[in-house]
Amino acid sequence: MVAHFPALLVIIPLIGAPICMLVRVRDWSWAVATICTWASFAISWLLLQQVISDGSISYQMGGWAPPIGIEYRIDMANAFVMLIVTGIGSVIMPYARESVRAEYGVRRVYFFYTSYLLCFCGLLGVAATGDAFNLFVFLEINSLATYVLVGMGKDRRALTAAYQYLVLGTIGATFIVIGIGLLYAETGTLNMYDLADRIEKVGASRTIGAAFAFLVVGISLKLALFPLHLWLPNAYTYAPSMVSAFLAATATKVAVYVLLRFLFSVFNIELTFDVLPLDYILAALAVIAMFAASTVAIFQENLKRMLAYSSVAQIGYIVLGISLHNAAGVTASVLHLFNHAIIKGGMFLALGCIVYRLGTVNIHHLQGIGRRMPLTTAALVTGGLGLIGVPLTAGFVSKWYLVIAAIEKGWWPLGLLVLLSSLLAVVYVWRIVEVAYMKPVPENAEQVEEAPSSLLFPTFILIGASIYFGIDTDLPLDAAIETAKQLTGNGE
Amino acid sequence: MRSYLVLRVVSKLLMPFILLFALYVQFHGDFGPGGGFQAGVIFASAFILYALIFGVKDAGAVLPRGILRFGIAMGVLLYAGVGVFNLLVGGNFLDYNVMAKDPTLGQHLGIWLVELGVGLTVASVMVTIFFTFAGHRDRPQ
Amino acid sequence: MFLDYFNYWIVVFLMMAGFYIVIAHDNLIKKIVGLNIFQASVFVLYISFGKITGGTAPIIAEGFSVYSNPLPHVLILTAIVVGVATTALGLALVVRINEAYGTIEDDEIHKADEEED
Repeated sequence: MVAHFPALLVIIPLIGAPICMLVRVRDWSWAVATICTWASFAISWLLLQQVISDGSISYQMGGWAPPIGIEYRIDMANAFVMLIVTGIGSVIMPYARESVRAEYGVRRVYFFYTSYLLCFCGLLGVAATGDAFNLFVFLEINSLATYVLVGMGKDRRALTAAYQYLVLGTIGATFIVIGIGLLYAETGTLNMYDLADRIEKVGASRTIGAAFAFLVVGISLKLALFPLHLWLPNAYTYAPSMVSAFLAATATKVAVYVLLRFLFSVFNIELTFDVLPLDYILAALAVIAMFAASTVAIFQENLKRMLAYSSVAQIGYIVLGISLHNAAGVTASVLHLFNHAIIKGGMFLALGCIVYRLGTVNIHHLQGIGRRMPLTTAALVTGGLGLIGVPLTAGFVSKWYLVIAAIEKGWWPLGLLVLLSSLLAVVYVWRIVEVAYMKPVPENAEQVEEAPSSLLFPTFILIGASIYFGIDTDLPLDAAIETAKQLTGNGE
Repeated sequence: MRSYLVLRVVSKLLMPFILLFALYVQFHGDFGPGGGFQAGVIFASAFILYALIFGVKDAGAVLPRGILRFGIAMGVLLYAGVGVFNLLVGGNFLDYNVMAKDPTLGQHLGIWLVELGVGLTVASVMVTIFFTFAGHRDRPQ
Repeated sequence: MFLDYFNYWIVVFLMMAGFYIVIAHDNLIKKIVGLNIFQASVFVLYISFGKITGGTAPIIAEGFSVYSNPLPHVLILTAIVVGVATTALGLALVVRINEAYGTIEDDEIHKADEEED
């Protein structure tokens, strides 16, 4: 059974989804979803250990040998991303029970968990597969389930947010499929590692260049890279609390993994960054994202929308690291994938606690909340410190590596820009601190108590992890360094 | 639609042939164009024709929601179940060679079962989509 | 040159027409139709790759030695199913939006949203 782990990782949630659909007794669909998520987490942890000790794993689907068959190839990048996705999912599932039950009532909960398991399975499939078209199929499974999850928000604007996300996401996915088709036409194969060999022989022909352009634009749309980020603020703001946290922590991260895989493994580094000037384009867009999105975040009144724009800025940091394309840059990107996932996931969970008690996250209604819900606000502010990059938080480590990478490459103005944009993050985190702690509680405010422990516990696990991994950085840092070495070192 | 005699009689005559054609397309997928998805859609179109002529409520009595939901879930479970069965017997996931003594027979059996699962799910999904849209009443604002 | 690559000219025309419809029209259902046209152009692109000059249908038969490539056909089937699912989901969302807002024109929905929170 151990040899089949790559397939089991994706299949267990896929089997769990129809079972959830059939099980409609009270909360049992939540139990099925939690068991599948925790099982996937255990498998992905074991897979990571196996990859660290033995090297890349290759699994042939259906017994057909690659490059004819579909292959699941797990190396360090895959295993790390799958660990992040399953880890966040496992922490959020206990949170989801109370939160989803409060927002939907017990009878319709099974639809929610069916869609959640399909989304989860899609994310894991995208990360695990080594075949380009299989990646598109799982990406679409994930995206369609995400549109359903976002559309389940209580506000009626969740529907328009889901529709906008659907149109933009489908355009992105269609661009990706055009790129894959052009690659197939030029090389005759769909296996990513075989593609890498053949592209190296063909060089930068016009078809390869066109395929490259379509793929990068399509993936950037899924990634919410500026200026293709328009779907993100609405989707994160109006989705249910648990969905916002899960998406913020996983969906864009897996899209970054797809970008890394295509840029570094399929198209080799010389083609991507020397022949085609992608490093300047990505760096410029990333810097604009960092500044523009942080600035817009300062003026938002809805806290979820503020954190959504902050996510666009953080994705700018990740893409900046990719554009530097040296080992330190890719290390910083992969490290920030991990850190941003836990920080943003934790902050959205804290906001979900506030929604559970107060029903709103409009900043004007949250005056004095530091006194009314002290634990939740402490979690929120600690996460905010991680966004700024205060030392001792996880955000500091990734920004440190990003500045080092910029200096190593000789583009030290970029390092300065990273520090300047962190100052913008101080402004919007200060707004939260000011309203929560320094404004008095209004007289006609309703009496609210702290959020229930089933909601607080996962929040504190994630925020605590952001502090822990800021102090003891061994696990994520080693994984990130190894990933960067594999991606940039051997141009397979 | 109840008052159009020609429509009612012709559609009642055609429906069994549509269903039979769907089954033909399903089982001849490895010899000609066809397979699970196409067969599922043709199968669903027979029930949609019935719903168009005789009303969604009567069609809903033929295929109640519970059976449709069961069909959707069972198709996916059949597909995944075949894969897991292959895992347990000793091959890789979805490796049909190990399903029977002779690899060719195993391939035939595996593809047949998997396409059956696909056809079942697709037919149930198409009918569910139609019933949901057609039976939807605008809720008052 | 035009007749040699006739299929690909059609692909480009359909792709741009579909994309333009998605961007330019305000009606939500027209956007979904535009998306469908955009995806249909991708199907034509893939199938045009698959045809090999002088090849027959990819089913083994006596007397034929050159067959068209069957792989793009399978890829297109998958992409068609994805397109159908996306269209169904989009239309379901439009039905719910109509219920919630009373309209399916994008600009009217924006105006209603701005007047809220």
